[in-house]
Amino acid sequence: MLIRVEIFIQPGHIDPQAESIKKIFASLGYKQAGVEFRRIYFLEGSISKQEAESIAKQVLVDPFNEGFKVFYSFLGRKPGPCEIEIVYNPGVTDPVSQSVKSAAADMLGRNAVSFARTGRRIKVSGIKEKEFSDIEKFLFNPLIEHKVSYSKYSRLKTLDEFSGKNYEFKLIKVNLLDAEDADLERIGKEGLSLNLAEMKTIREYFRKLGRSPTDCELETLAQTWSEHCVHKTFRGNLHYREKDSRGNLLKEEKITNLLKNTIAKVTNELNSDYCVSVFEDNSGIIKFNSQYNVCFKVETHNHPSALEPFGGASTGIGGVIRDILGTGKGAYPIASTDIFCFAQPNTPAVEGVLAPARIIKGVVEGVKDYGNKMGIPTVNGAVLFDQRFLGNPLVFCGNIGLIPKDKCFKEISPGQVIIVAGGKTGKDGIHGATFSSAELHTKSTEVSSSAVQIGSPIEEKKLASAIIKARDKNLYSAITDCGAGGLSSAAGEISQKWGCKVDLEKVPLKYQGLSYTEIWISESQERMVIVADKKNLPALDKIFQEEEVNYAVIGEITDTKKLELFYQGENVCSLDMNFLYNGLPKIEKKAVWVKPEIIKRQIPAPSDYNLIIKKLLSSYNICSKEWIIRQYDHEVQAGTFIKPLMGENFGPADAAVIKPVFSKKELLAISCGINPFYSDCDPYFMAGLVIDEALRNITAAGGNINHTAMLDNFCLGSAEDEKVLGDLVRTAKGCYDFARAYKVPFISGKDSFYNEFKISGERIVIPATLLISALSVLPDKESCMSCVFKKEKNLLYVLGRTGEEMGGSEYLRISGNINADNRLPQVFPERARRLYEKVYSSARQKIIESCHDCSDGGLAVALAEMCLGSNLGADIFTAEIPFSGEKRDDYVLFSETPSRFVAEVSLENREKFEQEFAGFDYGIIGCVSEKPGLRIYGLNSKIIADLSGEELDFYWRKTFSNW
Amino acid sequence: MVKTLILRTAGTNCDLETKLAFEIAGAKSYLWHINRVKQNPAGLKEFNILCFPGGFTYGDDISAGKILANQIKFWLKNEISAFLNKGGIILGICNGFQVLVKAGILPDCGFRQKISLLANTSGKFEDRWVYLEINRDKINKTACNIWLKGLPETICLPIAHAEGRFYAEKEQIKQLQENRQIIFRYSDKTGKVKESYPFNPNGSMYNIAGITDLTGRVLGLMPHPERYLFKEHIPFWQKERNIIPFGRKIFENAVNYFKQ
Repeated sequence: MLIRVEIFIQPGHIDPQAESIKKIFASLGYKQAGVEFRRIYFLEGSISKQEAESIAKQVLVDPFNEGFKVFYSFLGRKPGPCEIEIVYNPGVTDPVSQSVKSAAADMLGRNAVSFARTGRRIKVSGIKEKEFSDIEKFLFNPLIEHKVSYSKYSRLKTLDEFSGKNYEFKLIKVNLLDAEDADLERIGKEGLSLNLAEMKTIREYFRKLGRSPTDCELETLAQTWSEHCVHKTFRGNLHYREKDSRGNLLKEEKITNLLKNTIAKVTNELNSDYCVSVFEDNSGIIKFNSQYNVCFKVETHNHPSALEPFGGASTGIGGVIRDILGTGKGAYPIASTDIFCFAQPNTPAVEGVLAPARIIKGVVEGVKDYGNKMGIPTVNGAVLFDQRFLGNPLVFCGNIGLIPKDKCFKEISPGQVIIVAGGKTGKDGIHGATFSSAELHTKSTEVSSSAVQIGSPIEEKKLASAIIKARDKNLYSAITDCGAGGLSSAAGEISQKWGCKVDLEKVPLKYQGLSYTEIWISESQERMVIVADKKNLPALDKIFQEEEVNYAVIGEITDTKKLELFYQGENVCSLDMNFLYNGLPKIEKKAVWVKPEIIKRQIPAPSDYNLIIKKLLSSYNICSKEWIIRQYDHEVQAGTFIKPLMGENFGPADAAVIKPVFSKKELLAISCGINPFYSDCDPYFMAGLVIDEALRNITAAGGNINHTAMLDNFCLGSAEDEKVLGDLVRTAKGCYDFARAYKVPFISGKDSFYNEFKISGERIVIPATLLISALSVLPDKESCMSCVFKKEKNLLYVLGRTGEEMGGSEYLRISGNINADNRLPQVFPERARRLYEKVYSSARQKIIESCHDCSDGGLAVALAEMCLGSNLGADIFTAEIPFSGEKRDDYVLFSETPSRFVAEVSLENREKFEQEFAGFDYGIIGCVSEKPGLRIYGLNSKIIADLSGEELDFYWRKTFSNW
Repeated sequence: MVKTLILRTAGTNCDLETKLAFEIAGAKSYLWHINRVKQNPAGLKEFNILCFPGGFTYGDDISAGKILANQIKFWLKNEISAFLNKGGIILGICNGFQVLVKAGILPDCGFRQKISLLANTSGKFEDRWVYLEINRDKINKTACNIWLKGLPETICLPIAHAEGRFYAEKEQIKQLQENRQIIFRYSDKTGKVKESYPFNPNGSMYNIAGITDLTGRVLGLMPHPERYLFKEHIPFWQKERNIIPFGRKIFENAVNYFKQ
């Protein structure tokens, strides 16, 4: 029987769902709109009417504020004017479905509900019907949901509609052997994202075999050879040229394998003794303490987040958590990071692109939902804004794991079985890997709908519990995640050395109707591939049962060096591992970087410093991100010692510090550096500047540069554009030179291309963006510092020399002078490194009370932020700040020179502190005052800025205060 | 040896730190999956303390804590009553509090839901440190004896939830007051109960953050005591020199109660 339960909030109670929909209408100009919201459950099964009523009453509603009505048809009553009902599309995971089925079974004592889905009905008043039909699209996302049509659904007798049709096996062969080059090119482009040279290599391979490939073989090659999986541009052959702005050639170079010659090279050369596994596994591993190592990975999920922000971000975080679970023999996730680049919320919407506010809210909601439900604290992040991220936001999700020392490497041998565990396989995410390797255009929403998915954190939580239990009992010897490319990447990669045989019909499916190829390349979430000895199957079964995790043995490791796939006994794929993993022809591309001419125009000195500081504090890039931070559980696992918001008044922190093992003393500091604005001036120095930012954040929190590792995440435009590749080369070279000088290795990284968008034919390419994430091991809590002022009368020092180098600064941006000066701040890594070592040793001696790095907005913002967390203030004298260049108050206060800190030092420790830092540039720039607020005396000794504590607080918090 | 059972299921996620908290306090602690308890409900008898930790059991699908609450009600009703009759005590933290309320163990072990924890007025999940008023004059003596020894009149603890708005009929609230069941109320730093946000972070009626049952032996609260076990847990630990980790005290009290 088909049952529909409608649930509504009773009159007199607040309905948070309706309120948030009202906000959407208000933002569209319909401030008077009233909203009624109903959640709907569709159930099917052998249940009596009485049972249906009691399921509704006992399981589905809260008796205190909700009422319900049960119908015995799909639609109940016909939606009226200005009323819409929304349900998930067929095949899209409904995360609540399984819970509803089990909850009903708990109550009835039998599995009576065979099918459950959810939906929602929204009724709007105070708005015209015509207006409603224009804006109803803001209420749902057509990629995953649709509006219920009454005529179609009112006749529905069963929910089978949502479960897909049966599949009848038919082997598909693609005739490549005689294909002309033009046809090859077309086949490669349509759906495979392979170029002509690659298609020719494939044709050659099959000509030698004397047969045509199956669709499954082509798809497997396309997934394995995709930019996403193999980083072919970064590893390809690049013909690099540098030119000046008049077109004169400055430099020319042939680069073979940029990745190997920059990022990987510096790690090899440094050969740091704390690196355990770098660039090999799903994440990079470094040493932590006597028992454990730690691993770290950051991924991007940009294109899915552009189209379905909630699903994109939540599956992004879900995916990177699986990278950690799939490192070595499995690591336990202990912390997450999230870094976003969006267009400013006030950017006008354009056709074919979701409005920035919708993307921002959806992405935050997605990270929140998945991270919180997994019970992993989200401890560090950043948010940046630039109009060029309008159609292509950047969503970086990071995860850190704890792994026993003896579990860091996989072991595989022939005869072992291959198991898939976790979520079932559906049509979701088919072509995710090739999709992320192509640029977005206004039609993306149509072609990529199956590449967008919804995650189920509870499924992954169960999976994680089971995996760690099985790992600790040594029940399996290798594990990897099903990410981009699905089983094709996971099972293929893990058995690469030996070969494998997989029976595709054994893979548990969400519903019928998947072809063998779809099963193989589906990117359904929450799945892991495990390799185990047969004898361990009973013990594994027990754990999976207890944790309620689905699994199936789908194949075994062979010694044929072939990837062999079967469907109901029929061979559907047979590829040589060597061809699959080493057959990709080297890509040949051109790269060019045009050195911009130096611009330095006179910037008028400001007349009102209070106003400038207020503008800086409330600018999108600098303002409080409390709205986001508080929605993330950053304290679960009870190990967050330096939280994102510190002090009695909750000011911003530099890096997070966590204690992952209760019984041991060691801590981890986690930070990031990112600044796409600098790459408009020069991506090489941008790389140096963001590396410095990540490392000085680590240092400011008490981290040790000599036990620190970095991750690189590149996001760039089309890999077919020589200028984009010029930026890539320049950034990678910066990474090499600066990491070498700082002596900090990279342990893992990722590149993402095709981050661009077309609006009415015009290409909008994101600025070259490099995210550096840093992870540092602290021996104990002794060196831990926060950036909150501690005590009145303490002295304030600035460490490091400030320079007149305003290029790319937030000050120029907010004062409308961004094009007046493009001279980027200089990085002196050797000197900075010595300073960071000194700060660390001083922190261990406890002679620094608080410490904050100077970055966006310069010294003025750094000082304001130190006031924010405390109930104290500061009096500052700009004349005392060591400075090079034309000395002006605005330059001194707002320059973003790297490698600088503000340090608070008590009078007792003054002498000791100055002894320690003799030989470094420093100045006593003022002191902490019991009077809250920031007072700055200019070069002429007169007061130029005077902001009360309330003003600082108000302007810093106001921008997102109503979100 | 005092023994604690920490009951977990899919989506429980504060189990390890809660286990740590009880162990620091001197109890031997066990993590059991609900499926294991379902198979052997009599096993409950072995324990002095039963704890429902924080998390998102079953994803908080349908509503927070609801599915686990139903399982407790359907499967373990008699065993829970027997456990309490025999002198055991129960602690429910955050999602665990939601479970106790929705299973009807709070406020009166009648296994009928009489109060609720609804979506925060803000409509959002929120992680924040809050202050709590403890007014011993208005709290059941046994509750003071079990949970509150050595705590000052104002304490601070972190909250992290989306559905924590305490809700009950006016008459019910009056009864809770009369029966001295209201143990923690959201306040400002000085212990003054303030209705405005963010002091009352979720819009709870009467600023209620935690209650006990009629006997004082079942405690449910939205804040997380297991997140304040060490002084480094508080966001201003580097400033305050002498801090008692209030959360740890609550666990120590619970364990010491059985050592009296």
